[in-house]
Amino acid sequence: MDKGKAVMGSGRRWAVEFTDNSTSNSSRDIPDPPGFTRASHDPDDSAVSKQKKDAEANWKSQKAWEVAQAPFKNLFMMGFMMWMSGSTVHLFSIGITFSALWQPINALRGVGKVFEPYKDNRVDLLAPKLVFIALNLVGLGMGIWKLNTLGLLPTHVSDWVSSLPPAQEVEYSGGGIPLY
Amino acid sequence: MNMAIRVFLLLLIIFSSMYPTLCIYEDQVGHMDWHQQYIGKVKHAVFHTQKAARKRVVVSTEENVVASLDLRRGEIFWRHVLGPKDVIDALDIALGKYVITLSSGGTILRAWNLPDGQMMWESTLSGSTPSMSLLSVPTNLKIGKDDVVFVYGSGCLYAVASIDGEVIWKKELTSEGVHIQQLIYPDGTDIIYAVGLAGLTQFDAYQINVKTGELLKHSSMVFPAGFSGDLSFITSDIAVTLDSTGSILVAVHFQDGEISFHQTQVSELGWDFSGPAVLLLTKLPGMFALEINKSIVFIKVTNEGKLEVVDKLGQSTAVSESLNLSEGQQAFGLIQRGDGKIFLSVKLGSDWTSNLLQETIQMDYQRGNAHKVFINTYVRTDRSNGFRALIVMEDHSLFLLQQGEIVWSREDGLASITDVMASELPVEKDGVSVAKVEHNLFEWLKGHLLKLKGTLMIATPDDVAAIQKLRLQSSEKSKMTRDHNGFRKLLIVLTRAGKLFALHTGDGRIVWSLFLDSLRKSETCQNPRGLSLHQWQDPHHHVLDENPSVLVVGRCDHSTDSPGVLSVVDTYTGQERNHLGPTHSITRVIPLPFTDSAEQRLHLLLDVNRQAHLYPRTTEALDIFQRELGNIYWYSADVDKGILKGHAVQNNCILKIADSYCFNTRDLWSIILPSESEKIIATATRNLNEAVHTQAKVTSDQEVMYKYISKNLLFLATVAPKAVGPVGSVTPEESWLVVYVIDTVTGRILHRMTHHGSQGPVQAVFSENWVVYHYFNLKAHRYEMSVIEIYDQSRSDNKDILKLLLGKHNLTSPITAYSRPEVIAKSQSYFFTHSVKTLAVTSTAKGITSKQLLLGTIGDQVLALDKRFLDPRRTVNPTQAEKEEGIIPLTDSLPIIPQSYVTHALKVEGLRGIATVPAKLESTTLVFAYGVDLFFTRLAPSRTYDSLTEDFSYALLLITIAALVIAIFVTWIWSEKKELQEKWR
Repeated sequence: MDKGKAVMGSGRRWAVEFTDNSTSNSSRDIPDPPGFTRASHDPDDSAVSKQKKDAEANWKSQKAWEVAQAPFKNLFMMGFMMWMSGSTVHLFSIGITFSALWQPINALRGVGKVFEPYKDNRVDLLAPKLVFIALNLVGLGMGIWKLNTLGLLPTHVSDWVSSLPPAQEVEYSGGGIPLY
Repeated sequence: MNMAIRVFLLLLIIFSSMYPTLCIYEDQVGHMDWHQQYIGKVKHAVFHTQKAARKRVVVSTEENVVASLDLRRGEIFWRHVLGPKDVIDALDIALGKYVITLSSGGTILRAWNLPDGQMMWESTLSGSTPSMSLLSVPTNLKIGKDDVVFVYGSGCLYAVASIDGEVIWKKELTSEGVHIQQLIYPDGTDIIYAVGLAGLTQFDAYQINVKTGELLKHSSMVFPAGFSGDLSFITSDIAVTLDSTGSILVAVHFQDGEISFHQTQVSELGWDFSGPAVLLLTKLPGMFALEINKSIVFIKVTNEGKLEVVDKLGQSTAVSESLNLSEGQQAFGLIQRGDGKIFLSVKLGSDWTSNLLQETIQMDYQRGNAHKVFINTYVRTDRSNGFRALIVMEDHSLFLLQQGEIVWSREDGLASITDVMASELPVEKDGVSVAKVEHNLFEWLKGHLLKLKGTLMIATPDDVAAIQKLRLQSSEKSKMTRDHNGFRKLLIVLTRAGKLFALHTGDGRIVWSLFLDSLRKSETCQNPRGLSLHQWQDPHHHVLDENPSVLVVGRCDHSTDSPGVLSVVDTYTGQERNHLGPTHSITRVIPLPFTDSAEQRLHLLLDVNRQAHLYPRTTEALDIFQRELGNIYWYSADVDKGILKGHAVQNNCILKIADSYCFNTRDLWSIILPSESEKIIATATRNLNEAVHTQAKVTSDQEVMYKYISKNLLFLATVAPKAVGPVGSVTPEESWLVVYVIDTVTGRILHRMTHHGSQGPVQAVFSENWVVYHYFNLKAHRYEMSVIEIYDQSRSDNKDILKLLLGKHNLTSPITAYSRPEVIAKSQSYFFTHSVKTLAVTSTAKGITSKQLLLGTIGDQVLALDKRFLDPRRTVNPTQAEKEEGIIPLTDSLPIIPQSYVTHALKVEGLRGIATVPAKLESTTLVFAYGVDLFFTRLAPSRTYDSLTEDFSYALLLITIAALVIAIFVTWIWSEKKELQEKWR
């Protein structure tokens, strides 16, 4: 699922930036082609490119929001699975619980990477990121809750004293019926 | 830590949710268990060699066993173990096909079929007065059509038909308090003589008609000086006895009802005899034997009634009964002890000086003296008489000698084990040769290939047989070194004869045996007896170069105030390291929980004057003891008076000779049980070496109950004095059973409970914080088992997780019994089908594994019963959570699962005790059951969760792993290729 998202987000592997705004001639070793004047920019052209950029920024922020909301669907899925697995400890429930814990942690670790493709000066990624983190934290919470219902969290006294050795005795006594 | 808890919890849940099945497959029998059959010390032996295809000797023993042994190999043809009170008094063969035994004080007469040992008939001969029991089997006497045997028992003389055990006639001979000592039936006559003494002054002879039982004549004569008691019969009309002072020999002639006494002073016999003489009960032709001054004197009675001293031999001489030879002659055998050998001589009754046979046989010093000898004759090829001798040695072993050689021997001392102790084997030394490893590797591979074949079901029958053989004869299990799992150990056993044996747990063979000098009869120690075994030194930390040793505690006589003997025996070599004694009397041995720098355990031995003696007698031990003096207590339970007393060790004794290792004790508390209503019948304490893993018990709702674990607890059971007898002797109304759990430091009664309408015998076992006991419920007419579990309430308020997390709790700090912790006891009772001879509990190295009770059933088998069946928290309808915890729904009786018989199809005849020893592997415990037979096995109460089974096919595992690795590589290469193709497309 992560992988699929990543592919979707960074769908474009490479890009050629046609809108080069650099004005200094000296930096370019290749002379401009004949008939091309750098200075005389068509205002129409610039308007078009700006429009394009806006569209792209829009698209990026839209995508970022999509990515941020993706864990939400996951939560329902997870919840259903947890409900299905029951509250006894066996292979299935343990697997589900650990994947429910692992997935949000993994996602949280890779927050930056997930939103990398949508990085843009004009796009505000903070809100989607926060939503993404929040949803994953909810997922993590659900995992921990599940762990607790399975009794695998040391929240009871029994978890702390179950392996305590018996206390030593100060006195010692022996004897009994005489040997016959 | 958390992980460990979780994993542990997980394991606990997994294991508690499955019923452990203990049963083994048929082909696993003998794989990790062994069984040995013994008979005990032979009392009587009758040879059956005439006209028999399989020559045999029929014996009866002190363990109340009747057995028929193969005369060629010493194997048991058949064997019957009678009850512990059914002592065999006499044994003979009648009709040439029945073995007749007289037992239970002459009241039960039984006939066993000679070839197969089936019981043919049994007669109960009821009588009023207890008396000697005598059996006489005449060779050719018929009453009507029946062959008869004469039995004297309980004061009556019986003629019993030997074909069906029917009593033909009965004659009471107790009229004047006469104690009959001999039945004499001269062949071919119609009269049987019954001869005995009345009181100690009158000689009585009865003449009875054998056909009718009619008393023909009763003659008696008073001897004013009084007799010593025993009569020795020389011929059919002469008996010899001693007077009450032991200085005058009296020859009694009682021919045809005429009694006459002939007195001879012992000192007149010549040979310079002094001191009192003791008459030995021998059956020699024309002779009798006296014991004077620690030597045995043989005296011949001539036809004129004169006494003639024939020979004087050492005290350790054993004499056989006389044996009829073909020409009307009689022979007897003599065994004398030499240095490292024994001398067997067979003489004719008429001629002392010459020997029919004289042989010298090498005999181990560890066997002691010969106690009994039985001789038998056979006709050699040159038509002369050959002799074979069956001898019983001081250590109860049995030998058959023939032609100067030991034909076979039996270690029958092992039938009377009194105490068991386990000891480690030496650690394996480095430096195994390469060749051996290679050979082993090849064997190993071969073995595993065979096993693999077996697993894959492609093994031929030959292979299956080879696999089975491999399993049974695995050299691993009988090695003389310690193994990784701790299955190989030495079982040190003490027998009633006072001999120590070391048995290997792998195959049950005797590694060494030692007949302790201190437990041999000597001048200073007349009737020595081994009492108990204790772990003296068990090095495992810093003194590994020392060998472990055991302390053997013995006593010189039967009374409690007789001097004690101590010896320390090295368990690796079987040599006595040192010994002490005879010394002060020993009534109790208290192993203390302290060891000195050489890891010798401190022991406190209490004498009859309630003085405590500290061992080992070193200043270091004394220092340790002085330091802990204030915390050492002891208690005494007086069964006769019904008093339980607590004592403390005080200061040094005031003796004539100063002894800094002797301490006085003072009384602290006492519990006096009302003698009219309670009598102590059983006690139980925890095993000192028992390991307990945890003090907490977690219930299904994650709550914690704290076990009250103390080594100082005593379980005590008392019954109404009337109800001490067997089941059925009292009505339920006047019978009750009271059980106590008592702290022996303070004398505090932690729990007391009365079972009305119940009675003993009570068998109990104490482990961790629980006691299980077995008794009879008269109201329900069934046996019952009850459990008491004790929990510490004062600890239950430790509920703050944060404190526990930070370790700020007092749960592991040392506790004192004087803090009087508040305890609660939970209890529950269940019906149980079997009566139980002995109870034991499994013990494991760390105490994590769940426990099983081991019950020695009346059928001489060992039954394993899960402790979970005896859980006071069982209810009729346990909740789901409780079920998950492993609580079994309550039923009124405990189930007996046939597969959980530890002894499977075998019987441990005469079962007396069960010893459990923890193996190093936590899941496993070693079980040793002993009685007349020995049985050893190992048990895993929760299955072997910590190791693979021995059947596990490592070859299959390796092949699977290899195949998987190859598969991974192949698929990897394949996927790489495919990806590349994908990219080029």
